[in-house]
Amino acid sequence: MTEAAPNFEGLLREALTPVEPPAHLAERLEDTLTSITEMAADELEGWELSAMRDPRNWVRPAAALVVGGTAGAALVLLRARRRAQASPAVLGGLGGVRESAERAVQDIGRETRKLLGER
Amino acid sequence: MSEQASHKPKAQLDAEFSELYRAHLRDVYSYAYYRVGDHHDAEDLTEQTFLQAYRHFERAQRESNGRPLRPWLIRIAHNLAANLYRDRSRKPVSPIDDTTALTAMHTTEQVVEGRDELSRILDGVQLLPDDRREALIMRFALGMDNREIARALGRSDGATKVLIHRAIKQLEEIVHD
Repeated sequence: MTEAAPNFEGLLREALTPVEPPAHLAERLEDTLTSITEMAADELEGWELSAMRDPRNWVRPAAALVVGGTAGAALVLLRARRRAQASPAVLGGLGGVRESAERAVQDIGRETRKLLGER
Repeated sequence: MSEQASHKPKAQLDAEFSELYRAHLRDVYSYAYYRVGDHHDAEDLTEQTFLQAYRHFERAQRESNGRPLRPWLIRIAHNLAANLYRDRSRKPVSPIDDTTALTAMHTTEQVVEGRDELSRILDGVQLLPDDRREALIMRFALGMDNREIARALGRSDGATKVLIHRAIKQLEEIVHD
């Protein structure tokens, strides 16, 4: 059905050439995905019911559940990421990435605490 | 045992999601970039697409019956882009940055020779109705076939074929006017 204009289609294919994502996006995304997958696994594995009697222990497992699949997880993570971005440490090599990941995890806990406190 | 058959271990799901991410990061970014016409928004859209995809990955795998998940990923990006425009009540703020798109995979000589025509085509793509523009992005930037595009847009294969045909015709008219 589109054979009528083969030359034009060739030009269209050239014009709409695939665009490589910038390296910093891949880094940022992998960092975020690694944070949410690792955190959810660690927190859920370490979740002991006896510890749950103390309200001070509620935040971290709740954060794991949030990133594990309930609504709002993406927002919490994006907010955490944007805060981490504000620091130059984010672009400071591996140490910076690790620092920003740790900060992101802390921010997620803080955001979750806020969310729970609001309810 | 039966539970294991219906629910994969988390480590396996994560590994499969990583594979999906690596295979389609460029597809999602290319779609986002041509859809919103701006690197900053394209990055945010790509990131949100993969976060949404991660949340719903297990279910998508169950319901896909082994079919490729690329149309599902692009559909997520499509919905997020629609929400972005709805929230901002606007179309892309700026035309696509021709320099980036046109140098992505061409030599300098090719760019100089065909630049004007390719620029006109890129500008013309932005003038198409949303569904036609998206169909062309999926076909030509991502190399999706009719069936994949149909799944991503939630249309029949036949309707998608007609949509692409009309989109090309309309674009040709715009460019040659």
